[in-house]
Amino acid sequence: MSETQTNANNDICIQIQDMHKWYGEFHVLKDINLEVCKGEKIVVCGPSGSGKSTMIRCINRLEEHQQGHIIVDGTELTNDLKNIDAVRSEVGMCFQHFNLFPHLTILENCTLAPIWVRKMPRKEAEEIAMHYLERVKIPDQAHKYPGQLSGGQQQRVAIARSLCMKPNIMLFDEPTSALDPEMIKEVLDTMVELANEGMTMICVTHEMGFAKQVADRVIFMDGGEIIEENNPTEFFDNPQHERTKLFLSQILGH
Amino acid sequence: MTQHYAPGTHPDLPPPSNTVGPIHWLRVNLFSSIPNTIVSLIAIYLLIISVPAAIDWLFFKATYVGESRNDCARDGACWAFISERFQLFVYGFYPQAERWRVDLSAVLLGVAIAAVLWQNMPGRKWGLIFAAIYPFLAGWLLTGGMGLTPVDTNDFGGVMLTVVIGITGIAFSLPIGILLALGRQSDLPIIKYFSIGFIEFIRGVPLITLLFVASTMLSYFLPPGSNFDLLLRVLIMVTLFASAYMAEVIRGGLQALPKGQKEAADSLGLNYWQAMRLIILPQALTISIPGIVNTFIGLYKDTSLVVIIGLLDVLGVGRASVSDTAWVGLSTEVYLFVAVFFFITCFGMARYSLFLENKLNTGHKH
Ligand SMILES: Nc1ncnc2c1ncn2[C@@H]1O[C@H](COP(=O)(O)OP(=O)(O)OP(=O)(O)O)[C@@H](O)[C@H]1O
Ligand SMILES: [Mg+2]
Repeated sequence: MSETQTNANNDICIQIQDMHKWYGEFHVLKDINLEVCKGEKIVVCGPSGSGKSTMIRCINRLEEHQQGHIIVDGTELTNDLKNIDAVRSEVGMCFQHFNLFPHLTILENCTLAPIWVRKMPRKEAEEIAMHYLERVKIPDQAHKYPGQLSGGQQQRVAIARSLCMKPNIMLFDEPTSALDPEMIKEVLDTMVELANEGMTMICVTHEMGFAKQVADRVIFMDGGEIIEENNPTEFFDNPQHERTKLFLSQILGH
Repeated sequence: MTQHYAPGTHPDLPPPSNTVGPIHWLRVNLFSSIPNTIVSLIAIYLLIISVPAAIDWLFFKATYVGESRNDCARDGACWAFISERFQLFVYGFYPQAERWRVDLSAVLLGVAIAAVLWQNMPGRKWGLIFAAIYPFLAGWLLTGGMGLTPVDTNDFGGVMLTVVIGITGIAFSLPIGILLALGRQSDLPIIKYFSIGFIEFIRGVPLITLLFVASTMLSYFLPPGSNFDLLLRVLIMVTLFASAYMAEVIRGGLQALPKGQKEAADSLGLNYWQAMRLIILPQALTISIPGIVNTFIGLYKDTSLVVIIGLLDVLGVGRASVSDTAWVGLSTEVYLFVAVFFFITCFGMARYSLFLENKLNTGHKH
């Protein structure tokens, strides 16, 4: 049933249906339903431990769901490794702690996956890498190692590394929360630029300015459930749910 | 005394003169307090009375050539014995006419080691391919067959036997250890429990026991009449033994890596073996270098245990020589010689590992 629906509507690129996940006995995600259209920007927020990371990590199968369906670009995530690899090569991800490969230079970090996964010639991969490093404004660091860069620069490299795979979808898991305040802006600017170019994005973040500026929808999670979802204006000005109000008053209150 | 500068104009100054130089070093390290001074003086006194005497015995009063014990000076070392028996120490009982094969293997070993250790060697790629086939090439050169006169492995001995066992163990225990360490973390229960069972069994049994199993018991398991070379059995046991330790050392390195490294590799679409080979193992092995080299050195020195099942490595040849009637009472010289041989090779490994650690640490240390 789900397959035919996805194929019918070409605009939907992520479809999560009745999805549940458990860590052992712990029911961490409860009945998640979410559809993301091509080019849509979604911001996910919610208190710590509410399952935001777990949910977006299910989308590229860093975590396995136990019930329901996740369909990404027409491919359903099952135990089939081929499907998983297909989805992962379409979906880029940026992590809170950047997770650059410290034993490789910035350039090698960026060319690794295109060379080994896309089987691209090294020369071509390097050209693409330099192109994206220029876009995130750090081409002059290409031959340094990650440890020699600031946190903000490292996160921008991580974004460039994902972009080198030419993904259709980008996932961000709190990309700025490990950064010093003066570096947050440079990363957010990069993300805004990416959003303006039409990338489909799902962002877990507490940067409400970013949410207001680029999000098409804001999703609020608590206790493993999606409590509320709305466009940013409505979401911030007119929250429906008690828990949303409480959460917003906490993060906007100071 | 201290000069003051306006804020923002302070120049770089040299350190105060009483914190540098040899006198300062002596004061800080040897004579910093009364107990420290007493210990230092005692140590210096002991060195003064022992070192010149030792050097006298070792070198100045030593005899370097001779036919028997009687040619040697009584108050000096009798190196004549070592030089008399040098061939035995190096080649064991390898047939005289075929010793060029041992020499050739040694030269090729040098090439293979250079390729592995020297990162900037010209044509290193070919060198590494050569290093990978070297163990099999050397096996053919040393044992013969296919056009070469066969040599019985019972004739192997001395330095040559030690190096054969040591290099085989080192060359094979690293890859097997890597596979076991990865197996131990596998999601597949069969692979996981096989790895754990193997590692824990081997670690729980002394090497000597395994060597006895190799020399006696295996013949019960093998079909009657099959002649499974004793040296080959020993090589297998030594390799398996070192692999189990290697696996645990590497597992430590794997666990030291942040989980995010594997996740980043996964999210980029790398498959399991690509992620291991390109991301996880290079980092885990770098962290594990001290432990890996430690295991190598342990393995290399443990090769002398093969004496117990009748193989004559350097130590075995030494022990056998001590009982020669023409050269009675020379055990000190023989064991010193063996000790120096082991020390030079092991110390070399240890220094290289330090060099490698420093080299790999630069550039991306956090
Ligand atoms: N591997 C795991 N095993 C067991 N429980 C886990 C595991 N990972 C996360 N959890 C639990 O699942 C819940 C959701 O975690 P998750 O990381 O998705 O929260 P989050 O919303 O991203 O929180 P934060 O804002 O702190 O990142 C938490 O209660 C966490 O303790
Ligand atoms: Mg999280």
